Amino acid sequence: MEDIIINNLDYPVLTVSTFLPMAGALIILFLKRGPFIKWFALATTVATFIVSLPIYKHFDKTTYKMQFVEIYSWIPTWNINYKVGVDGISVLFIILVTILSILCVSVSWKAIKEKTKEFYISLLIMETAMIGIFVSLNMFLFYLFWELTLIPMFLLIGVWGGPQRIYAALKFVLFMLAGSVLMLVGIIVLYYAGGKTFDILELSKVNYPAGTQLWLFLAFFAAFAVKMPMFPFHTWLPDAHTEAPTAGSVILAGILLKMGAYGFLRFSFPMFPHAVNVLFIPLLILSVTAIIYGAYVTLMQKDMKRLIAYSSVSHMGFVTLGLFTLNQNGIEGGILQMINHGVITGALFLCVGMIYERTHSRMIEDYGGLSKTVPVFIVFFSIFTLAAIGLPGMNAFVGEFLIISGAFKANMIIAAFSILGVVLGACYMVWLYYRVALNEINTTTQSSLVDLDLREIATLAPLVLLVLIIGLQPNILLSYMHVSVEHLIEQLHNSIILENINAYDTVSSIAEYVKALFKWA
Amino acid sequence: MDIAQFFTSADLYGIAPEIILTITALSVLTLEMFHVFRSKIILMVAALGLLLASSVVINTISDERILFGGMLVLSRYSAFFDSLYIFIGLITLIFSHGYMEKKGGRTRGEYPALIIFAVIGMMLMTRANDLVIVFLGLELLSLSLYVLVGFLRHDDLSNESGLKYLLLGAFATGFFLFGAAITYGATGTTNYSGIILAITNDTILSSTYLSLGIGLLLIGFAFKVALAPFHMWSPDVYQGAPTTVTGFLCTAPKAAGFGALLILFNRAFVEIHYQWQDIFWILAALTMTVGNISALVQSNVKRMLAFSSVSHAGFLVIGVLVLDETSISAVLFYLVVYSVINLGAFAIVSAVETEKEGLVFEDYRGLAAKHPWLSAAMTIFMLSLAGFPPTAGFVAKYGLLSAAVAKGYIGLVVIGVLNTLLSIYYYLRLVVNMYMQKEERAILPSYGMVLTGLIGIMAILMIILGIIPGYLLEIAAKAAIFTS
Repeated sequence: MEDIIINNLDYPVLTVSTFLPMAGALIILFLKRGPFIKWFALATTVATFIVSLPIYKHFDKTTYKMQFVEIYSWIPTWNINYKVGVDGISVLFIILVTILSILCVSVSWKAIKEKTKEFYISLLIMETAMIGIFVSLNMFLFYLFWELTLIPMFLLIGVWGGPQRIYAALKFVLFMLAGSVLMLVGIIVLYYAGGKTFDILELSKVNYPAGTQLWLFLAFFAAFAVKMPMFPFHTWLPDAHTEAPTAGSVILAGILLKMGAYGFLRFSFPMFPHAVNVLFIPLLILSVTAIIYGAYVTLMQKDMKRLIAYSSVSHMGFVTLGLFTLNQNGIEGGILQMINHGVITGALFLCVGMIYERTHSRMIEDYGGLSKTVPVFIVFFSIFTLAAIGLPGMNAFVGEFLIISGAFKANMIIAAFSILGVVLGACYMVWLYYRVALNEINTTTQSSLVDLDLREIATLAPLVLLVLIIGLQPNILLSYMHVSVEHLIEQLHNSIILENINAYDTVSSIAEYVKALFKWA
Repeated sequence: MDIAQFFTSADLYGIAPEIILTITALSVLTLEMFHVFRSKIILMVAALGLLLASSVVINTISDERILFGGMLVLSRYSAFFDSLYIFIGLITLIFSHGYMEKKGGRTRGEYPALIIFAVIGMMLMTRANDLVIVFLGLELLSLSLYVLVGFLRHDDLSNESGLKYLLLGAFATGFFLFGAAITYGATGTTNYSGIILAITNDTILSSTYLSLGIGLLLIGFAFKVALAPFHMWSPDVYQGAPTTVTGFLCTAPKAAGFGALLILFNRAFVEIHYQWQDIFWILAALTMTVGNISALVQSNVKRMLAFSSVSHAGFLVIGVLVLDETSISAVLFYLVVYSVINLGAFAIVSAVETEKEGLVFEDYRGLAAKHPWLSAAMTIFMLSLAGFPPTAGFVAKYGLLSAAVAKGYIGLVVIGVLNTLLSIYYYLRLVVNMYMQKEERAILPSYGMVLTGLIGIMAILMIILGIIPGYLLEIAAKAAIFTS
């Protein structure tokens, strides 16, 4: 029990913040249809945000241990406990979820006119599932929340989405499930391999045989890589992001994509260090491929939402690049970049959603000269565009800088290629900005464009603040994760130390493990 | 002749539930003769009889008791199944109220009587400790079902499926009987305890004969629970039968079949179970895959559910393949969950359908807008069938997969989860139609308060069992302990 610090606040803070949205959803279920529902949903998300704040106030940054831990017996027949807790890696995601959820309710205020009740129920269940994923310390519980995200998202895309919504929704679920069922097999195998327990901390201590590690890594990789999404598993993403309603896109880009990366940090790294050490070069190559390929595809897009969706592929490539450098800078940069991407891409989706609401067009060619027609909107849009490019002083710069410096430590060539992604990122964002904000005024949509109202400004303003705060003082966030990341790297290097890995070593060791793999099977 | 030499009062006490049910069935038939009682009253009398029998079953739960000189064995296991059958029968009776009238028929007294006879047959199957008793139970069950399937006399489809079921079912019964005879030839007995004794003492005539006998028995069971490639009858029969009967048909006999198969292999053939592992492996993989792929292309909801039940049978074979306490308790849990889901789903199908139509996917378009609660319940049932957490379907599936992994059948587990992936598509198709499509033609679901309430309770139960399955898991675990 030395790995955990039992919750010492006077209320079970993690459980309450996880299940408060769910409770709100249950109450909405029995409310009469009407405008009251969205007020109630807003109140629920704000309340969740407020209850989760003490986590940050009382978080002990000097330890890697799990904090605010709660343990209850749940299914004794299978030795399953309800166990939640946070450490430096997961703690920041909770606030990301609670903030984005408030903004999602706010941005849907007028956009969702049909079946509002069902919409807010889905949204709130989604929030519970997302917080649940980041606080679970039990594999079974984790899987439950992991899958719980699928159905509300399926409904969000399929019921309130664009013209291709059904196709996109089914594609989303099938892709997600293809990954997660394989993870389920991995979880069950892990349960027996790790001594019949689902406790993530216990399982992290076990030293698994090399062949087992590789198989399990691949099983979990299936789920995480699809969710991230890593190249070449990304094809669901543009459809889902494009067709989803604005709130759905924000949740998808802001949080769902991070679940995969978080999975790598929570499961793959501490449990399968051997496999990670063997595979990290191919994974780095995949990451760089995603960065460059994603950026090129983004350049070609004509649909604004699709453009931002594809840019996520590139950005998530940076995140995986950071994680798989396996050093302090890279991993911290990766985690920071996840938060940054959630903020920036979430904000960009909000922006596009707001003008889509007015003109019902997402095509870039329908816009032009918005800086003259809707100046307030363009102020926000400019800030987020610059942030996405990685302008120094804004949040993405810090993240990308850390990631690339980590990458140079891990592998020069790969790091050099990743720089190309930064350049291309500037290209597609600036070009988008030029076509939409500058250029000549496009008369087709001009008449319906009205500038932002107070609610919309209030939706975007917190994100501007986050962009600047993280950009100027990244230590506020980084200080939370230092110790935990150090511990994670220790775990990674505990079982095996590989020095000076070059291409030949990688190939030969993979060949070795493939052999071991077949022997094990 | 002294009757006491055949059975004792303890024996009679043991079969008290069967006796109560028989009396109920006969009195229901008698009531029908008077032509004065409304169908509601007749259904109520039948339901009361079932309730009485269930209370007897639950109050006499005990460790293993041998009755009738080794013909029947009562245990927690059999009590678990008895309660399940009675529960299914009861729910079916409640859902049946008014259904036949809607389809232009009449809920005659024979209907509840036949359901009760089927329940008695199933109870015999899982209480049996002798192949002859299994056969008796199987026949009682099957004969009742043949009539029930063709109950809508004026409906061509119902008649056709009744005849189809009779012909193929009789064929399967032949296999079963032949298998029992050859097993008798090989071991000199039809009693489970005798068979295992003969196998352990190696006094069997020829192991080839025994294998032949077991194989034929297995084919008989495979027909009854619809395992591929013996599943061909099920979509046609499920489609043609009155929907309430389909609900019964797809849950109870499957439970009875697996209950009897498990106990047969656990008591009689446990020593040579390892020889049959490859067969079970293939049966499981084949049944899951065939059921799911066929379900993908169905346009009729009843046929889709029929093929889905085939694929679920494939999943349950995993339990027979592994055959230890964990897997048997997983099968028991799975059967309960599966029964509740399918009863609920078919109840909704029966509410949505009209006299002539209302059974294809398109008819469900836009249902969510008009009937939000009904659609929500159907969604829960579909997600539960697909095995989405946090529904009970997930816990059930997890239990079986976990038991299989523990014994090292990882390949089969991977096939199983990939099949789950396939199945998502057709289960979600219904959800897509209900929530995401615009209504095309007006259908008017008709359902009463009782039906709505019961469906709601069952849907909530599926969520509750998905979140806190501990209690039922413990019961199942206790029922799965054999003192052999």
